[in-house]
Amino acid sequence: MEEKKSLIKNPSFQAILTSVVCIILGLLIGYIVLLIINPVGAGEAIKTIILNFLTRASSMARAKALGNTLAKTAPLLMCALSICFCYKVGLFNIGAPGQYEAGACIGLYAALAWNCNWIVCLLLAAVAGALVGSISGFLKAYRNVNEVISGIMLNWIILYLTNMILTRVKDPTSPYTMKLSSKNSGALIPSAGLEALFAHNKTVTLAIPLSILFAVLIWVILNKTKFGYELKATGFNKEAAKYAGMKEKQNIIVTLAIGGALAGVGAAFLFLTGYQEWSTTQSSVPVMGFNGIAATFLGGLHPIGTIFASFFIQSITDGGALIDKSVYPSQISELISSIIIYLCGFVLFFKYALNNWIRKKETREISKVDGKVIDTAAAGKEGGDK
Amino acid sequence: MDAPYAIEMVNITKRFPGIIANDNITLQLRRGEIHALLGENGAGKSTLMSVLFGLYQAEEGVIKKDGKEVKINDPNDANDLGIGMVHQHFKLVQCFTVLENIILGVESTKGGLLQMDEAREKVLALSDKYGLQVDPDAKIEDITVGMQQRTEILKMLYRDNEILIFDEPTAVLTPQEIEELMEIMRNLRAEGKSILFITHKLNEIKAVADRVSVLRRGKYIGTVDVADTSKEEMSRMMVGRDVNMVVEKEPAKTGDTILKIEDMTVASKVHSNNAVKDVSLEVKEGEIVCIAGIDGNGQTEFVYGLTGMEPLVSGKITLCGKDISNASIRSRSKEMSHIPEDRHKHGLVLDYPLEYNMILQRYYQPQFTSGAGFLKRKEIREYSEKLEAEYDVRSGQGPVTIARSMSGGNQQKAIIAREVDKDHKLLVAVQPTRGLDVGAIEGVHKQLIAERDNGRAVLLVSLELEEVMNVPDRILVMYEGEIVGELDPKKTTVEELGLYMAGAKRNVGAEKAERKEEA
Ligand SMILES: Nc1ncnc2c1ncn2[C@@H]1O[C@H](COP(=O)(O)OP(=O)(O)OP(=O)(O)O)[C@@H](O)[C@H]1O
Ligand SMILES: [Mg+2]
Repeated sequence: MEEKKSLIKNPSFQAILTSVVCIILGLLIGYIVLLIINPVGAGEAIKTIILNFLTRASSMARAKALGNTLAKTAPLLMCALSICFCYKVGLFNIGAPGQYEAGACIGLYAALAWNCNWIVCLLLAAVAGALVGSISGFLKAYRNVNEVISGIMLNWIILYLTNMILTRVKDPTSPYTMKLSSKNSGALIPSAGLEALFAHNKTVTLAIPLSILFAVLIWVILNKTKFGYELKATGFNKEAAKYAGMKEKQNIIVTLAIGGALAGVGAAFLFLTGYQEWSTTQSSVPVMGFNGIAATFLGGLHPIGTIFASFFIQSITDGGALIDKSVYPSQISELISSIIIYLCGFVLFFKYALNNWIRKKETREISKVDGKVIDTAAAGKEGGDK
Repeated sequence: MDAPYAIEMVNITKRFPGIIANDNITLQLRRGEIHALLGENGAGKSTLMSVLFGLYQAEEGVIKKDGKEVKINDPNDANDLGIGMVHQHFKLVQCFTVLENIILGVESTKGGLLQMDEAREKVLALSDKYGLQVDPDAKIEDITVGMQQRTEILKMLYRDNEILIFDEPTAVLTPQEIEELMEIMRNLRAEGKSILFITHKLNEIKAVADRVSVLRRGKYIGTVDVADTSKEEMSRMMVGRDVNMVVEKEPAKTGDTILKIEDMTVASKVHSNNAVKDVSLEVKEGEIVCIAGIDGNGQTEFVYGLTGMEPLVSGKITLCGKDISNASIRSRSKEMSHIPEDRHKHGLVLDYPLEYNMILQRYYQPQFTSGAGFLKRKEIREYSEKLEAEYDVRSGQGPVTIARSMSGGNQQKAIIAREVDKDHKLLVAVQPTRGLDVGAIEGVHKQLIAERDNGRAVLLVSLELEEVMNVPDRILVMYEGEIVGELDPKKTTVEELGLYMAGAKRNVGAEKAERKEEA
């Protein structure tokens, strides 16, 4: 009994519990929507969303599909880390998509126009993301412009800038950039043997373990280092940080620059695997950056939690794409995964509700227990301190 | 109908992780009385009042209003029952104006539009009636702590509450303002309102309270009539030992000049005039110099300029022979410790655990950070434990206690511990004893004197007349941003000091002022 209560009050356990509740609720509502649209295939469809790659017929196909999901989890995780990191410093990096675009832009341009190898492309993508991030940081620190506003505006500015620049390296017959495999295979992130595990899915690369490494790195920086101490102090109380001699303005810029670099690398982790090319006629901000927000919250604002959350979100997104198109309109997959992702954002709300509930329950229980204690105390004086 | 008590709190118990903040406490507030609540820092006074105001739910016990049991689940319930509270740490919206804060939650609207004029009139009337001077259109973030406090009091009066809880309202007021507040409280009592009044100042209890209840470490000690109880008895009830209220010290043995300020001018954030004008002073090794003055006469800005929180308009500061006029806060802090005026705004990262706050000024030093930039967890923990023991900082869970959950006085003690323990030649202590209990004040005063005797220079900024008269070796009076008087605490009287503080007398820089007037 004692153990159970302390478990439910344990913050990590709470984080996991509330995330699971959100997921279940999201799936439930998704199911209801499916039922409303067409009750016949709803059960099958929600199963497809949840199981994703497991619905494939052969083990080969399953491995390959899992590989695809993982390949897209890596960039999503990087975006989530970007947002998570900034959030810990009190900044809401909704500009992650813009930083992601910048990473894609320079990463791909370096690969296609300058024939750089993948390491150089990766580094340049990081620098590009960092630059865009630091624009928001600079505006926030010195001009008190909210990073949310500048972030959203930059998302669009960088999108069209990217389209413009990448048009110079696009395939003459399509709106997409040229294929790395034919133009410069040295820019492809090596698979280092990982592809063998996923039925020779070439998009399974070092990007996946690297992104996990980044998650651990971010956790270490935030919790174990002087740098993290400073950044979090700045996030909690800018004035106190200033009083303590920290360069609070500089910290804001550095934070958003690091966040930008993470998102930039995230883009490189997608486009340098050859999984996909950039469409130069794209007119919406890449969804990766926004899903990163959901992954951050679903992951309990914890860098390690975001690893699992990113995988889950990517998995239902991919699973959604597998829904039987003869029963449901093709937009349904995105609708359902959006609903689920949306609900993931409610994690904090559920956590709050959970704590409220615990408190109420405890109050009641203690008064019950103490009622007895008082009785015995009346008889035998002092019922002991429990 | 006519139960004798306006409010009864019976057998209240409230626990927090690691601590029983209120352990079976019973408190009875008579109608139309001023009932003081006395207890050491962390004794559980604020917690008990928060239970009454609906911010916390007690695990045990009942609350009765006019003899009838009531449930107070949140501050709205409290407000409906006519219970109002001025919190120890203000609950004001920083970017709202004074007026907006006062009417927040009880705005009157017409067709969805705010009706500010009526509210303004009522506020002005109240502020006039009680002498609570505020500028209704100033933003909270721009006004002094004193004015914020007055806003809080007005907020409560504006809601016509009949049971008024004051959680250390006088901690931040000037002596004159305290006098006025006492008068207000007497008026309120005459109007039949019942008041719960938390304060650490026994004089104030003597001056206005009818009865006083004493808490110690979460337990109820007793309730006595103020008229039949001496201050010494009260402090003994509270601390459990005799408290020496007279500051004992040897004459100062001064040495080299540590701090030299020449013609320092600092801009004001609120108005276009400079807040600090051509201030010059010196503090020597082994002496305590006190800047006295009424709140809002430039002391805050003076300290900002000295510590590097705000740039100087002009002037020169020399610390230990080095010109630091334009030096960064970090480089100044090598030789200067600073106990800030506003402990929540500057002094603490409230969401950090106590141990992280204990190293706020030194986290980067090799003692706490390895060469590779990693925090040394073990050393930090041990250091925090050491400071907590040495300076009697009490908290629920020791080093891992989140600073926000500590009692106000213990937060202050943590800051003092951190700043005094750090290497320094000059200690700038701004109202260091604000919110401390008499026992702790005794401790801090001893500490300041020990600092002095260890050859450090101490610059004390205080609004507390008793402190000003007893602790320093020299008093400098600040009035409208200028040093107008230098006094020897042994030779001056409170009355004379008051004249300087009010700007009626001047013995420093008089010629300069005259010259300026002529020009
Ligand atoms: N929200 C909270 N969570 C955990 N512990 C708390 C919380 N609030 C108060 N405490 C603890 O309860 C104890 C009593 O605190 P309280 O604020 O009531 O003291 P106080 O008598 O008002 O002291 P002070 O004179 O310093 O203001 C303290 O030890 C404090 O650390
Ligand atoms: Mg208190």
